[in-house]
Amino acid sequence: MGANDAANIFGTAVGSKMVSFARAAIIASIFVIIGAAIQGGGTTETLGSLGLIDELAGSFTVALAAGFTVFVMTKYGLPVSTTQAIVGAIIGWNLFAGRETDAAVLSKIVTTWISGPLLGAAFSALLFLLMRYVLRKMKIHMILLDSYIRWGLIAVGAFGAYSLGANNVANVIGVFVGHAPNIILDFGIFELGGTEILFLAGGVSIALGILTYSRKIIQTIGKGIMDISSEAAIVVVLAQSLVLFIFSSTTLSNVLISIGLPPIPLVPVSSSQVVVGAIIGIGLVKGIQEVRIKMLAEILVGWILTPIFAGLLSFFGLFFVQNVFNQEVFTPLVQSPGKEITSEGSKIAEVIDPQHVNLVWWVAGIGFILLMVLAIWLIIRQNKLKLIAQNELLEQQNEHYVTQKALMESDLKTMRLENVSMAKRLEFRRKELMNMALNIVEQKNYLEELAEQLKDIQKTEDKKEKNKKIDHLLKNMKLKMSFDDKVENFNLEIEKLHKGFSRKLEEEYPKLTETEKRFATFLRLGFSSKEIAPLLNVSIKSVETYRYRLRKKLNISKGENLIRFIQNL
Amino acid sequence: MAIFSKSNKVIELLEKFIDSIDQGSIVFKKGVDNYLYGNIQAFENNILTLSKLESDADLLGKDIENRLYKHSLMPQLRGDMLRLLEELDDIIDIMKTNLYQFEVEVPNIPGELNQDLSKLTEMSVATVEALIPAARAFFRSPETVKDQLHRVYFYETEADKLAAAIKRKVFREMPDLKLSEKFHLRYFTLHIEQVSDASKKAADLLSVMAIKRAF
Repeated sequence: MGANDAANIFGTAVGSKMVSFARAAIIASIFVIIGAAIQGGGTTETLGSLGLIDELAGSFTVALAAGFTVFVMTKYGLPVSTTQAIVGAIIGWNLFAGRETDAAVLSKIVTTWISGPLLGAAFSALLFLLMRYVLRKMKIHMILLDSYIRWGLIAVGAFGAYSLGANNVANVIGVFVGHAPNIILDFGIFELGGTEILFLAGGVSIALGILTYSRKIIQTIGKGIMDISSEAAIVVVLAQSLVLFIFSSTTLSNVLISIGLPPIPLVPVSSSQVVVGAIIGIGLVKGIQEVRIKMLAEILVGWILTPIFAGLLSFFGLFFVQNVFNQEVFTPLVQSPGKEITSEGSKIAEVIDPQHVNLVWWVAGIGFILLMVLAIWLIIRQNKLKLIAQNELLEQQNEHYVTQKALMESDLKTMRLENVSMAKRLEFRRKELMNMALNIVEQKNYLEELAEQLKDIQKTEDKKEKNKKIDHLLKNMKLKMSFDDKVENFNLEIEKLHKGFSRKLEEEYPKLTETEKRFATFLRLGFSSKEIAPLLNVSIKSVETYRYRLRKKLNISKGENLIRFIQNL
Repeated sequence: MAIFSKSNKVIELLEKFIDSIDQGSIVFKKGVDNYLYGNIQAFENNILTLSKLESDADLLGKDIENRLYKHSLMPQLRGDMLRLLEELDDIIDIMKTNLYQFEVEVPNIPGELNQDLSKLTEMSVATVEALIPAARAFFRSPETVKDQLHRVYFYETEADKLAAAIKRKVFREMPDLKLSEKFHLRYFTLHIEQVSDASKKAADLLSVMAIKRAF
């Protein structure tokens, strides 16, 4: 029954993916137990008056027949009614035991088979129209409305589960009420009598059915009959919950009596029928084309077959239990002369004081243990979550590190390439300067040659020869004028190329003269003493002196190489 | 309320997204006019603004998608909604590409075509301006969407007519233009017309979604 009827409460919600199956199952289980325990009495009394099963074996067989019927129908994916199954099974017992079925009660129950879905259709149509009017008026944003509906489905589902427990628990334990244990369980703050224990057990068994076997049938309700929007889902569940609540509320019935209206029949209502009625109600408002008639027909056939199948199964089951297992499934009727026919079981029972069981300490102990288990579970879960979060953080950091490393490697690669490029350019420029220097040296040598020539001219006595030589010399001197420009350009190029080095020398060694700084630059460029001498316009020996002075001023120790020191600056 | 903060945040992002598209259409219109009438500095500013709006729209769209999936919002209509956002994003993408094409290809537009092209741009942008309120209405009152979409179709048809007239004018009434220039103008007319086509496509999708959402 839990498997079958929970789908009626949350089937549309889960089918439209507004609520997950797990959440729906847990909420439904909790509230069905509460509804069964608090409000299950009214409908149980009605079912008891249909057929009072006076032997435990008979109750068991009837319940088994009804349950098996529902199980088979559920297996084939048809949302059948447990009420019809149990009614059929009870009638089967009545037939087997030769008891008369109370026609008034039966007609009252059968009437709900018709009025239940009709009422469901009426409620759902009205609620649907109301909801549509309100939504169109309020113009709530679609996304916010989705959240409202999600929570609405959960709230309405909880109410529906409560109503289901209150209304339908009679289907589960109604036949056992006559055999309720004569016991009172004292929990300190409240007590549970035998009947309440039975209702609680019934609620728990429904909850177990919800948790274990309802997933498949949910799909049928949600998708099988018509495509349900999430707004329509709320309307369907609310309509169904209201109908079930009305047919199980003794308070409401008493209120009606007090104002002079006829009482509400407290009858177990088929929640499946009500849901179908509710969906059809919406279908009528929106247009009947949306209802899948074929599926509807299959459900109707299931409803007809269920009580017949349950009745037959109950009848033959009772026969089997009585004749094979030799169990009394009913108490034979006894007729005393001049008196009414009664069953043996209806003799006035001796009033026996119920057994009082104090469970306060048991409940406290179990409660404490559960709390401890919960606390431990929470701590473990918290630690696990913390560990997961730490792992995630570490992974992120690792990813970040890897990215950083890749970036740095890329930067490094770029820098290396740049360095290579710069080195090449530097080398090129150095070579250029070398060429310039060599040019200068060459010209210096040429000048020396020229001086020699002048001396030679001086020594020449022949005037003609002398003039000839002077002309030749003049030509050479004109060449020399471009030499000075070359040196000037050369020095400018040096300055441009090694600006940074010059600046550094000035900052760290301010006592160096201009010539010494220039000398240091030439050394950095890799010029030899022979090449530097003409550039500075000094002798090679002077260059060695410059070298010595530079070492002193740069505070270079004896073993250290001057050129390497300068290059590392 | 805190429990609805996720939904409210997505609504906020959605409003910003639609605002970006709306603003983009205004900037696009101004950009084309500035190009046509030689206001190059203003035109370049329009490109930068539209580029930023398009980039913002992309980021907002991605953020909305992430949040819808992350928080399992709107499981039934999520797919449709994301498709709508994609169609709207296409509109601003086309507008940005168009302006960049003006900037890169520097089409030579004869003065007598300025008014026609400006009018064509106005028609194309009008489709977007009619689409935006319909898109906003979809989220709050889907039953009113259909009433607003007819303007989109009207302006789109007008834009098509105007584009055809411009092309006819270029090829038949401007013998001084080279064939290459005529082709160039033809393509720019097409580019501007594509904005209205994209709006129409979005309107078609919106129309179907509004019917599905009808309650």
